[in-house]
Amino acid sequence: MLIGKPPDIPSSEITSRDAYLRYLSRRRFLKGAAAAGVAALAADRLGQLVSPRTTVHAGTKLQTVPSPLTTTGEQLTPYDDITHYNNFYEFGVDKGDPSKNAGGLPTRPWTVKVEGKVAKPLTFDIDDLLKLRPLEDRVYRHRCVEAWSMVIPWVGYSLSEFIKQCDPLPSAKYVQFISYYSSRVEKWAGQDPGIYWPYSEGLRMDEAMHPLTLLTFGLYGETLPNQDGAPVRIVVPWKYGFKSAKSIVTVRFLDKQPPTTWNDQASYEYGFYSNVNPDVDRVPWSQKTERRIGLPFYQQNRTTLMFNGYTDQVGSLYSGMDLRKNY
Amino acid sequence: MNRLTLIVLKVLVWIACLAPFCWLVWGAFTNNLGPNATGAIAYATGRTTLRLLAITLAISPLRRLIPKLAWLIKFRRLVGLFAFFYATLHMLTWVALYNSFDLHAMLADIARRRYITAGVAAYLSLLPLALTSTAWAIRKLGGKNWNRLHMLIYVAAICGVAHYWWQMKPGVLTPLAMTVVIAALLLARPVLAWRNRRKAQPTTPA
Repeated sequence: MLIGKPPDIPSSEITSRDAYLRYLSRRRFLKGAAAAGVAALAADRLGQLVSPRTTVHAGTKLQTVPSPLTTTGEQLTPYDDITHYNNFYEFGVDKGDPSKNAGGLPTRPWTVKVEGKVAKPLTFDIDDLLKLRPLEDRVYRHRCVEAWSMVIPWVGYSLSEFIKQCDPLPSAKYVQFISYYSSRVEKWAGQDPGIYWPYSEGLRMDEAMHPLTLLTFGLYGETLPNQDGAPVRIVVPWKYGFKSAKSIVTVRFLDKQPPTTWNDQASYEYGFYSNVNPDVDRVPWSQKTERRIGLPFYQQNRTTLMFNGYTDQVGSLYSGMDLRKNY
Repeated sequence: MNRLTLIVLKVLVWIACLAPFCWLVWGAFTNNLGPNATGAIAYATGRTTLRLLAITLAISPLRRLIPKLAWLIKFRRLVGLFAFFYATLHMLTWVALYNSFDLHAMLADIARRRYITAGVAAYLSLLPLALTSTAWAIRKLGGKNWNRLHMLIYVAAICGVAHYWWQMKPGVLTPLAMTVVIAALLLARPVLAWRNRRKAQPTTPA
């Protein structure tokens, strides 16, 4: 209902953020007027004056091409919600904290170190990574383990393209992703005493090589805002959101399963695989349903799909595995 | 207290108690409840329930401590019923918005998740209190039985606080303030009773 554009078109044609915000305020006007007349509008405007929207740290437009791997038939979550409802614990535990606190993340210059089981350790500059392959528009469903979900038009290319450049050894069975961490920039991380920083996530090699796994540089056709994991992150659409590490500084190839942050925190609740699975809910939230962000409250609830609806593409990665055990 | 003051105060209490509800209705109409409207409704109704429960629990100890405030009793039922009103909205959020009225899912939730168990227990403790809030019910039950039954509010408050903690992520300390307030209000009862006994002893013949 919010954005009427079909999602399978290039981001150059997706409503721009500014046009969207204009649209949103127009829509608010209509709704407000219908609901409670002009007084409603006045109060709404007043509210915005009193507490203006947090600054969005976003950026440059990216040149993109369409992708056959994009998800179709979903209504996109508004840019404003994707950038103001975040889990990025280094910048605070409330959903609104990252958009307020991530401004100091130094996204330029930025390098990604490649190490471990590779022919030789490498360092990639972010600007070289941006040029490595054509950037594709990929709309994916995003499902958080907290039972909320979004539909996000990401920009990036398959991680496999990057891994090929890294020249991993045959002994590399897993890939570990390490996120940026500086206690100076991310003072909020220290407030959660139980977590060991930096944030670490990992995938099995075949998962990392799957074409859906996206090395991500942007959303809505622009570079990533800091709170969404700028300047480069992973997106694994069939797994719970915490598997998709943000603001990556190191990619490490390993012969055994790497330690991962939430699994370290509570291995009983957050498994290494953490594939979206409505039938397995070890965490405090039922995983059978989810609330789609950005919709009116009476439209939010929906059924969660196995592998977040990507079973056709990724189901074969797990054939023969007991997904109740390997949650 | 004269009649006019009482009426004015009652109107003010009604306005204060309805304000969170109006804010929610307003937000729902203008789509201003934030990115996760369902979560915002659940949190606002739950938080308001606990706040009103705490106010309800504060009235008895305040009256004991400051006899001049004895008239506060005239507001206890009203605030208590508003606590129940928000508890009902909170419950409906869970039933309708989270579970789409799926009974099987709700039963599984109750069995599986301790914060849901505690929340439902709190609600079921409040239910008989709301049902017996009329003058007729008090007469029918008799003051002693009615008082005994209404001690269920302690169960509701304790379960409510447990429910608040258990649905938080580990490490988040938001429920601490409410926990301290409710713990103090519950502890105030035996402490004040003990103080009264001590005061009463020398003057009461054995």
